[in-house]
Amino acid sequence: MSSNQSALISRPGPALDLGRIRADFPILKLQPGGKPLVYLDNAASSQMPQQVIDRLVRYQTTQHSNIHRAVHTLSEIATAEYEEARRKLARFINAREEREVIFTSGTTEAINLAMHGYGRKFIGAGDEIILTTLEHHANIVPWQMLAEEKGAKLRVVPINDAGELLIDEYEALFTTRTRLVGVAHVSNALGSVNPVKRMIAFARAHGVPVLVDGAQAVPHLQVDVQDLDCDFYAFSGHKLCGPTGIGVLYGKAALLERMQPFKGGGDMILSVTFEKTTYTVIPQKFEAGTPPIAAAIGLGAAVDYLSAIGMEAIGSHENGLLAYATAQLERMPGVRIIGTAAEKAAVLSFALDGVHPHDVGTLLNQDGVAVRTGHHCAQPVMQRYRVPATSRASFAFYNTMAEVDALVAGIRNVQKVFC
Amino acid sequence: MADTKSLYQEVILDHNRKPRNYGALAHASHKAEGHNPLCGDHLTVALNLEGERIAAIAFEGESCAICKASASMMTASVKGKTLPDAETLIQEFRDMATGQLDVGKQAHHLGRLTVFAGVRDLPTRVKCAILPWHTLHAALHSVADTSTESENDPMHAPIGDA
Repeated sequence: MSSNQSALISRPGPALDLGRIRADFPILKLQPGGKPLVYLDNAASSQMPQQVIDRLVRYQTTQHSNIHRAVHTLSEIATAEYEEARRKLARFINAREEREVIFTSGTTEAINLAMHGYGRKFIGAGDEIILTTLEHHANIVPWQMLAEEKGAKLRVVPINDAGELLIDEYEALFTTRTRLVGVAHVSNALGSVNPVKRMIAFARAHGVPVLVDGAQAVPHLQVDVQDLDCDFYAFSGHKLCGPTGIGVLYGKAALLERMQPFKGGGDMILSVTFEKTTYTVIPQKFEAGTPPIAAAIGLGAAVDYLSAIGMEAIGSHENGLLAYATAQLERMPGVRIIGTAAEKAAVLSFALDGVHPHDVGTLLNQDGVAVRTGHHCAQPVMQRYRVPATSRASFAFYNTMAEVDALVAGIRNVQKVFC
Repeated sequence: MADTKSLYQEVILDHNRKPRNYGALAHASHKAEGHNPLCGDHLTVALNLEGERIAAIAFEGESCAICKASASMMTASVKGKTLPDAETLIQEFRDMATGQLDVGKQAHHLGRLTVFAGVRDLPTRVKCAILPWHTLHAALHSVADTSTESENDPMHAPIGDA
């Protein structure tokens, strides 16, 4: 029966030279437990191509020093490479200016920066912040902390059963007290692509700034912050084939300039006396202390790598994987796909009747298939679907249709164990 | 990996499918709720003490197969046992699951509960197996609510100190 089912679903041909691409990723050659690694946990963290690994090695081997400080040659090289990485990231998301790209440790710190720098200065008692049911905890908790501190309120945009934001309800949430909108570009738990451009336009008409959590979007979509017209856009390097410990907060220059600093320290000042400190200009105002220089340069190499392949080709291949996997799982008895939005990106959350996601994860791992199981740091989404957790397969451009088949075979094995 | 396979063996799958002593216990003398916030597992253990003896015990909740089977086999093992005997099992089960007791080499009283020995090789699943035992321990010590992640939880200290 299983082979008949597979035969009914056509496997679209790959748009990318997967052989060549996969050869770039040394970790994909691993065979944990004697089975070829089928890595489908890319929404948690993607893998790193040799080009990025080599760039990190080259930096540490021949270019490392502290930046923005000494006049010696190495410091000048390190500073130039670090700032070149900022230029690459600015180009990657089409920022108007390089100084609109603030390096952070990741999406979480980027959102916390916006909360401290913008929220604590401009949001007060009785003000309202609009978030959505689909947010990752990283785009909930900082605003909750702010609301508690200031006496502000959170307003939450609901979703329908498919996992799509109810835009009418979003628009109805606006009041004269609305001060900020925080919205995920792509839901990490369900894969829904949210209509952020339309949402931003509506907020703009009400004079409300919008922060977009782009952690799950930048690896899959061509992101253009000018076209979106967002005020902030946050994302992480390690989901983008880059290192951990690096991420970006994009912000419109005029907004960043009005914000207060987040962390105090060296590199973010013009002058310091014990009576008064004068802060320097953006982006350095928000980059106190020695930043993760190597990681930033590595992330620059990662976006070079992705751009060379082309974000459009990447997105198209991933959509093919998602469509193929969705079609397979839809036909499997006892499998429920959680999140069926009309527009989705690279994430397939599912539940198996009578089997807890953690048992699914452990048994799939036995077949070499790495998926994420749990609440995905999105407990409001789990509550909405009345599940404690889901299993989540998430795809990257280096995944193959054969790996989707391995996932499907693995799910059948799980069902056999629990039948 | 062989240990993973052996973890999902028939006895565990059977207890997951048909958990023993599952449901509410009327007029329980001791009761506690256990949570693992990392995975959402939660269960309630209720029991009746008659003097030093566990006369009746039941559990209910939502959890993975490892947790549910562990709870089911736990209730079957401690029913009718004295408090000190139950405490010994709690301690030995925890030591087995965390790799401090080698059931093949050291003396113990775990009997069929040794089917859970393989969990020691799956660090992310150890807490699934232990949660029911924590909750039983909490119930016996009149702690109403326990979590694998709270600072004063047994997971963060030897179980006897909770």
